[in-house]
Amino acid sequence: MLSVPLIAQVGGTSLETFITKTIDGLALGAIYALLALGFVIIFKATQVLTFAHGAVSAMGAYLVSYFAVTLNVPGRWMGDLPVTLQFALSAVLAVLLAAAIGMAIERVFIRPMIGEPLFSIVMITIGLDIVIRTIVGDYIGQGNTVSTGAPWGFLSQWRIGGVIIQHAQVATIIVAVITVAVLMWFFKTRIGIAMRATAFDQEAAMAQGISAGKIFALAWGIGAALAVIGGIFAAVPPRALGVSAGTAFFALRAFPAIVIGGLDSIKGAVVGGFIVGMAEVMAGHYLSSVTALGIGFNTVVPYLVMMAVLLVRPHGLYGTVEIRRV
Amino acid sequence: MRGRPNFFASYEAEQGLLPTTTKKIFAVLVLIAAISIPFEVFPILDKFAEPAWLVLFNRSLIFLIAALGLNILTGLAGQVSLGHAFFMGLGAYTAVVLGGSAEGLWGLGLPIWIWLPMAGVVPALVGILVAPTAVRVRGLYLAIVTLGLVFIGEHIFRNANSIAGAPEVGREWPRLTFRIWKEENPLIDFSRDGQWFGVSLSGEAKTFFFLLVVALVFVVLAKNLSRTRIGRAFAAIRDRDVAAEVMGVGEFRAKTQAFAISSFYAGISGALFGVVVGRLIPETWNLFLSVQFVAIVLIGGAGTVAGSVMGSFFVVMMPRMVENVTRFLSEQAVGDGPVSAIADVVISVNGDFGIVSLEAQGPGLSIFQLNQVIYGLLIAVFLISEPLGLFGVWIRIRNYWKSWPFTY
Repeated sequence: MLSVPLIAQVGGTSLETFITKTIDGLALGAIYALLALGFVIIFKATQVLTFAHGAVSAMGAYLVSYFAVTLNVPGRWMGDLPVTLQFALSAVLAVLLAAAIGMAIERVFIRPMIGEPLFSIVMITIGLDIVIRTIVGDYIGQGNTVSTGAPWGFLSQWRIGGVIIQHAQVATIIVAVITVAVLMWFFKTRIGIAMRATAFDQEAAMAQGISAGKIFALAWGIGAALAVIGGIFAAVPPRALGVSAGTAFFALRAFPAIVIGGLDSIKGAVVGGFIVGMAEVMAGHYLSSVTALGIGFNTVVPYLVMMAVLLVRPHGLYGTVEIRRV
Repeated sequence: MRGRPNFFASYEAEQGLLPTTTKKIFAVLVLIAAISIPFEVFPILDKFAEPAWLVLFNRSLIFLIAALGLNILTGLAGQVSLGHAFFMGLGAYTAVVLGGSAEGLWGLGLPIWIWLPMAGVVPALVGILVAPTAVRVRGLYLAIVTLGLVFIGEHIFRNANSIAGAPEVGREWPRLTFRIWKEENPLIDFSRDGQWFGVSLSGEAKTFFFLLVVALVFVVLAKNLSRTRIGRAFAAIRDRDVAAEVMGVGEFRAKTQAFAISSFYAGISGALFGVVVGRLIPETWNLFLSVQFVAIVLIGGAGTVAGSVMGSFFVVMMPRMVENVTRFLSEQAVGDGPVSAIADVVISVNGDFGIVSLEAQGPGLSIFQLNQVIYGLLIAVFLISEPLGLFGVWIRIRNYWKSWPFTY
């Protein structure tokens, strides 16, 4: 399990510390929300819970590093653009490529499995996870970390009194908000409505002339894209030094987020993501002195929160309650 | 009754452990083949008598026990669990605390007839404790809850240093011996080379026999379970829980029982795993281990004992098979041979083109990584082509020969 290196020194009063931690928690929550959104969109469209999400996000983060740092594409032809924009273009390129790979995965591995037992499909995604993770791990190199290059500066921060606001956290939150906004807009477009219709009732949607297959592919594409955006921010300081073999495991902690929110709820994914991120950061700070809980307790807090929520609401906070009839 | 194998005169006859003559013959043949392996009796099977193969067989048998447990929970009762590794870990640490030597950690040094049953009982009790949470949720929610269990368990094992040893270091398990009480010389030592009834056997072979007996007991128990009232209740819950409840099958009760029984199997398997491997780190009981058991159950064929047997051998042996293929290819690429041309393209030697490189670092997959990739791909491709698993393959072969030479 990768631990979260929290490099920011915390000074100031307890209130200022709390504000600092809240911002950290929001940023971490934003990443979990992005990853969880990917899970939920794929789940709503295809009823499949993908376990390859972490591998895809690590792959995308590696692609960003490859495009932005190694090749400097497309920045090398646009030298007069600001660095941030060059990075953004590289990231967009990586996201698009990852989306294409996500669609390809759906077409090759998931489409033939429609109608087969659910857990056979889940197992296939686990197999894919192993394959992608190994290949990406080979490119990264054993024990290596590759930097994605962060135009907002490594560990640069604003200080307002005792409150420390790291640029990376702000960038994370801004990008997450933009992504969610774009997604909300997308769901109101023609294709987005078709997607919602398919998720709501597949047969009725097909009767209206919507190609369910295309919607499945699109869902996987969007899911992969969201995974990559989450992956980029999971692989920058202060959370990690760069893309490593551990980046793939970040998405596993988004599982509690989707369960807390409800597997089939977009709103739930976002709320769940923030709950999990907040819980993890707060536990990491305020419970770190309790040695009885053990080292790295904050990484299991999401699962404990998840169990607590499920005891009260077995379908998560916003999940559709299954109606059971005889 | 000859010539009408599917004619059963009574319910008992149809529900027998091995209802048809073919199955009886098949079971006896498999058993004879298994027992004969360490004695090197039959020409092809004697290859497997070398320790490297026996180690794999032993691991398959240990995995089989855990897979049977997961099969009862997943295949019979329909509850998918990713938490199997956690219960295996619990069993393993129960065993090491009761049976292990102290060496600065907790260990009571008790004999096997205490620690082996307890290694099943303790996880079963924990399973009953966890069940109230697990029973409330279903399907994918359950899978994720049990996934959480693995992470919480890993955290506990990593931090319980006086039980599990330091993280990344681990501790020693007791050797596989049978003692009456804590006496110096064990009555039977399964882990050392020696003579049994005048035949000299390696420690691996002795362990193999021990595991074969234990696995056989659990296979029969698992098979029997599906024929009892409890087993039928599980199947009813799996097929339609509401209808089952209407018929008087308690859902909570049945699911709790399923969790307890499956955890019992997992615990026994975990204890044996620790004992046979010898030294394990606390990180052993992770998600990847759990996934392997789900893979075994699904690849073998959910709900069938025969499927679990085939699945565990397939999943444990497959990496070894892949390794052999890559080793063969790399020899071909370096030297001259019938498939050198193909091997040259696949394997890179001294930096020329190839998908696989023999060096661990640098471009190209290492052999270990290639194994991983093929392992993942095989799971995916196998389930796409045969969603019912190895048992489905077997059904198809059987049906073909049933009506042979007529296609249908």
